[in-house]
Amino acid sequence: MADAESKKEEADYKRVHSFPLIRQTDMPEEMRVEAMELCVTACEKFSTNNESAAKMIKEAMDKKFGSSWHVVIGEGFGFEITHEVKNLLYLYFGGSLAVCVWKCS
Amino acid sequence: MLPRKLSIKPRQSISVSQGQALKLGSQKYLKGASKRKEDDDSVEVGEGLDEWAQHKTLIKPLDQLELTEAELKEEFTRVLTANNPHAPQNIVRYSFKERTYKQISMVDQLAVHFSLEGHMLHKDSDEARRQRAKMGYVEETLPVEASVVEFEDIEEQLETTAESMEIDAVEPVEVIDVAAKGKKEQKLTNQFNFSERASQTYNNPSRDRGSQTKAPPRTTFSGSVNQWEIYDAYVKEIQLQEKAKEKQKPSTKKEETIRKKLVALEYQGDDLTRVSKSSKIVERMVNQNIFDDIAQDFKYFEDMSDEFRDQEGTLLPLWKFQHEKAKRLAVTAICWNPRYNDLFAVGHGSYDFLKQGQGMLLLYSMKNPSFPEFIFGTDSGIMCLDIHQEHPYILAVGFYDGNVAIYNLKKPSSHANYMSSSSAGKHTDPVWQVKWQKNDMDNNLNFYSLSSDGRVVSWTLIKNELVYTDIIHMTVEGTTTDKPEALRLHVIGCGTSFAFHKQKDYLFLVGTEEGKIHKCSKAYSSHFLETFNAHNMTVDAVRWNPFHLKIFVSCSSDWTVKIWDHTMSTPVFTFDLNAAVGDVAWAPYSSTVFAAVTTDGKVHVFDLSINKYEAICVQAVVAKKKTKPTHLEFNPIYPIIIIGDDRGQVTSLKLSPNLRKFPKEKKGQEVQRGPAYEIAKLDRLLNLVREPSSTETK
Repeated sequence: MADAESKKEEADYKRVHSFPLIRQTDMPEEMRVEAMELCVTACEKFSTNNESAAKMIKEAMDKKFGSSWHVVIGEGFGFEITHEVKNLLYLYFGGSLAVCVWKCS
Repeated sequence: MLPRKLSIKPRQSISVSQGQALKLGSQKYLKGASKRKEDDDSVEVGEGLDEWAQHKTLIKPLDQLELTEAELKEEFTRVLTANNPHAPQNIVRYSFKERTYKQISMVDQLAVHFSLEGHMLHKDSDEARRQRAKMGYVEETLPVEASVVEFEDIEEQLETTAESMEIDAVEPVEVIDVAAKGKKEQKLTNQFNFSERASQTYNNPSRDRGSQTKAPPRTTFSGSVNQWEIYDAYVKEIQLQEKAKEKQKPSTKKEETIRKKLVALEYQGDDLTRVSKSSKIVERMVNQNIFDDIAQDFKYFEDMSDEFRDQEGTLLPLWKFQHEKAKRLAVTAICWNPRYNDLFAVGHGSYDFLKQGQGMLLLYSMKNPSFPEFIFGTDSGIMCLDIHQEHPYILAVGFYDGNVAIYNLKKPSSHANYMSSSSAGKHTDPVWQVKWQKNDMDNNLNFYSLSSDGRVVSWTLIKNELVYTDIIHMTVEGTTTDKPEALRLHVIGCGTSFAFHKQKDYLFLVGTEEGKIHKCSKAYSSHFLETFNAHNMTVDAVRWNPFHLKIFVSCSSDWTVKIWDHTMSTPVFTFDLNAAVGDVAWAPYSSTVFAAVTTDGKVHVFDLSINKYEAICVQAVVAKKKTKPTHLEFNPIYPIIIIGDDRGQVTSLKLSPNLRKFPKEKKGQEVQRGPAYEIAKLDRLLNLVREPSSTETK
C-alpha cells in the first residue's frame, strides 16, 4: 500500500515538477528565454544522457551568442565558477536535474 | 693642381716672380702671403680690410706717377688671359708631307716659373721601411689610408720654422702655408684624390603605441546542488504559484465591479445614447400614429374611381418629407436604397449658379417622414448621388465644386469617408451624375462620374484613396473630326447625364448640354460609337429601359421626352409635354410605363401599351405654383414614386391601379408576367411604329 502510494506520489511529483525553475540568472530577458528553451529541449531530447544534452546546449549557445560557453548538467554537484556578467543561467529542470550555463572566454 | 703637401727646406729662398699673366687662384694664394709682409711693396695686390683699419695712410711707391684727376678717372680695361706674351707666334716647321715650311697654329703657352723636386717616399716602399727601421719608429697611429710619410726631420724643421716665422720674414709664404698644411696633415691621406659621397633621405620617425581594452566584467558564482535541494525548490515554487493564483481571483472580481460602476457612470453621463434606441422606437410609434391614415392609404387604398375612368389614372399624395435645415435647398438627387425599400437618399444643393452654398445629404425612411434617418452637411451643394447595389450603406456623391465623395452609413461621421482631392483628378465643373459600377478585377469599389467639364471619370477606391481614370473627354464636335488640328476649336462638351447598359458592361449613353446623346464605350476614349441629335436643349436625363435592352428614354429642357432604339438614329416616340422636362424614369414593374416631371409642377405618367400619344395621367404635385419638381424616382417594389422639388421637399405619391395595369386575367389563360413578357409587349408596340420602315427593308 505504502509503496503504491509513494509511487503515485512520485509520478505526481514528476508531472508537477516538469517545468524549468530558474534559480539564478543575470541574463537579459531575450537571451534568458532563448537559453531556457534551449535547455528544456536539450534535456528532453537527451533525457538519459546528460553529457549529450550539455554538449548540445553549449554548441547552440556558442553559435547564437559567441564562444565560449560552458554547461554543467547533473543531479548533484558543487561548483565555483567565474562567468562574464550577464551570461549566467542556473536552473532546475524536470524535478531532478540542475543545469548551469555560463559564458567565460 | 698644386700638390696638397709641400715640404720645403726651411732656409730655401723661394722667389715668386710675378708674371704678367697669372692665374687667379695663384693670385689669391699670394694675397694670403702678403699678410705678413707689410712693407713689401712689390706685391701690388690689394690688401685685406683689416690692414686698412690699422694703417690709414696710403703708402705710395716712390716711382708712382703723379696723375691729374682727369687722368685718374680715366678707365683702362685690362684683360687677363692665359696666353704667354713671350711665346713666339711665328714658329714654323718643315712638313714632309707638303715639302714646305708651315706655321704651327698651336703655340705652347706654358711658362714654368719654378720647379722643385720632391723628397717623398711611398711609405710601403722598401726605402721608407728601411728608413723607419733606422729611425726605430713604428708608425702605427697613422691611418692605413695614409700613403705618404714625411721625413721626420722635415717635419721637425717645419715646426721650428713655424716658431721662427716672425724672424724669418724672407720666405713667409711657404712657411705659413706649410705650417697650415702640417696641421691638417693627419687627414690628408687620399692618395688618388678619391672622394666618395653619399646621402640619405630623411626617414620618417616611427612611433609605437599600444592600448588594451578592458576585459569584460566577470563575477564568480558558486553553489552546490543535490536532489533534495531541487525538490525543495520546486515545492516552494508551486506553493508560491498557488498563492499568486488565489490573490489574482479576488482582484479580478474587484475589477469587474469597478467596470460595472464605470459603465453605469457612462450611462449617467450620456442619457441620450442610452435611450437612443428606445427613443427611436417611440418616435416611430408616434409617427405611425400620426400618419396612420397615410400608412393605411399606402397599403390598402386603391382608387375606386379608376374603374369608371377607362384609361386615366391618378396619383395619391402620401407622405411629404422635409427637413428644417434643407428648406432652402433644392432637391438635386434622389435615390432609393436597393436593399431597404422604405429608405431613400436625398441630395440637396442648388441649380442656381448665383445661389451656390452648402449642401446636404439626407436619408429618409417612409416609416419616419418627420425626421431624416441620417443627416450629413456638406460644404458644397450636392448635384447627384448613387447608392451601391451590393453595399446599400455606401453612397457616392457628386458635388457642385467638382468633387466626388463616398459616404459610409455604417461609420457615422459628419464628413465624407473618402473625398476626391483637387490635386487628383477632381472635376472642374459640377458633377452631374455618379453611378456605381461592378467591382473591378481586384474587387475594389468603383464608380463613374460625369461632369460638364466634358470628362467621364472612373473612380476606384483603393485602400483609402480615390484613384481616378479618365474614360472620355468630350468635345462639342465629337472627338472625331477631319479638320486639321490647328482649325479645331477645343470646346468642351458638357455632359449632363449618363446611363449604363444593363448587360453590355462597356456601353453607356451620355446626354450633353447641347442636346446630343452620345453612345460611348468604356473601351474607346477617343470617339463615340454613335451620336444622336436628340434634343435642342440640355438633355436632363437618359435612362435605359429596365426590360428591353435596346430602348432608352431621354428628356430635355426643350419640353420633349423621346424614346429611342439605340440601333436607330431617330426616336421611336416623341412626346411634347409643354414645359421643360426635369427628369424621366421607367417604372420597374412594366416595360411600357414611364413618368416624367416638368417644371410647371406636373407629373406625367405614360403607359405606351395603353396610349401611345398622350400621358395617361397628368397631375400637379407641388403645393405652390412657383415650386418646380426636379427629380422623380420609382420605388423598386411598391407602387409609389417620390418627387423632389426645388424647395427641399420630397413628395411620395401612390400610383392608382390604372397606372399599373396588368392585362386582365382571361379564363383558361395563364397570367403572363416576367421580363420576357414585358419585352414582347414593348416589341409589339415598337413593331407598330416601325412597320412602314421594316416593311421597306424587308
